[in-house]
Amino acid sequence: MCTTCGCGGHDALIGGKRPSKAKASGPLSFRAPQNATPQHHHAPADTVQSRIVQVERDLLAKNDSLATHNRVFFAANNMLALNLVSSPGSGKTTLLVRTLEMLKNKQSIAVIEGDQQTENDAERIRATGIPAIQINTGKGCHLDASMIGHALDQLTLDKGSLLFIENVGNLVCPAAFDLGEAAKVVVLSVTEGEDKPLKYPDMFSAARLMLLNKCDLLPYLTFDVELAIANARRVNPNIEIIQLSATSGVGMEEWLNWIGREQVHLKI
Amino acid sequence: MHEMSLAESVLQIIQDSAAAENFQRVRSVTLEIGKLSSVEPDAMRFCFDAVTRGSIAEDATLEIIETPGAGVCLGCGEKVEMQEKYGLCPHCGSAQLKVVSGDLMRVKDLAVE
Repeated sequence: MCTTCGCGGHDALIGGKRPSKAKASGPLSFRAPQNATPQHHHAPADTVQSRIVQVERDLLAKNDSLATHNRVFFAANNMLALNLVSSPGSGKTTLLVRTLEMLKNKQSIAVIEGDQQTENDAERIRATGIPAIQINTGKGCHLDASMIGHALDQLTLDKGSLLFIENVGNLVCPAAFDLGEAAKVVVLSVTEGEDKPLKYPDMFSAARLMLLNKCDLLPYLTFDVELAIANARRVNPNIEIIQLSATSGVGMEEWLNWIGREQVHLKI
Repeated sequence: MHEMSLAESVLQIIQDSAAAENFQRVRSVTLEIGKLSSVEPDAMRFCFDAVTRGSIAEDATLEIIETPGAGVCLGCGEKVEMQEKYGLCPHCGSAQLKVVSGDLMRVKDLAVE
């Protein structure tokens, strides 16, 4: 067990290292049971008295408490942490690289990257001169608060820094796992369907800002921007929306201004 | 989704409780799984069995109480029963339903010795 955060250990690699002993596991196959009756196990008869222990603990309590731990760390250091989520291929990394090029001379920034395998994204970030830690989740499909906690241990962060966490490309699972961030930012590209928000409502509900990316391609597509915006607002009436293109640069100022406003709010 | 890691959380909660309450064996575990949570009860049973092998909860009976979903309509203010997370208010047709209960997953109690 990890002595820092008490996590049971997992198969993720954080900056190339395993944070604690990985649990041994054998092959498992899942077949739904043939009937719906609860399984009964016939325990051997004995004379020991049973008693009921009230527990009443939420199953996600562990991740939530580690996320709170991260959140407290960010607050104490006046850091804005943003959790970038999307399906694979929406342009998150390219958008992040463009953002870093525009911001890096103005403030201290660090990035935590999440992918099943490879250091590719962290290397693209480091090529801009910004420090990045790569988390490889292996079989895992999302980043969790304990992985972020371990990654923070490997980063030297100035007070007042900006931290971008680029989550594993996945519109389902990351929605349920609080990392301690100030906001989830969902990236949707115009090469995807306008009904994405309706198909993946948990993620669009959980996000505070939607970045509609690759807008430079609109002349070549039949993508209906107004419909995509309406769908996003249907699952989340308060979601903020910025249309941009990481390659052409359109909309990037508005995105940077949003980040700046968030940082101002932190100080209040 | 993630029933395996949630089953591991259940075991972790059991082990924490064993340390605090000083028991050696778990006879049954009662979970409250909300109708609107992302847990599939059958998958949970399978994963619970797998995860508790060799632990103090090996062979424990797993009871799952499914708690109903309920919300309030932000359009008309009426309380609504919810079978799923996203739907329309049966009174006014608004899509703005706020979940009030039924999305939690918790360990309620344990029968131990």
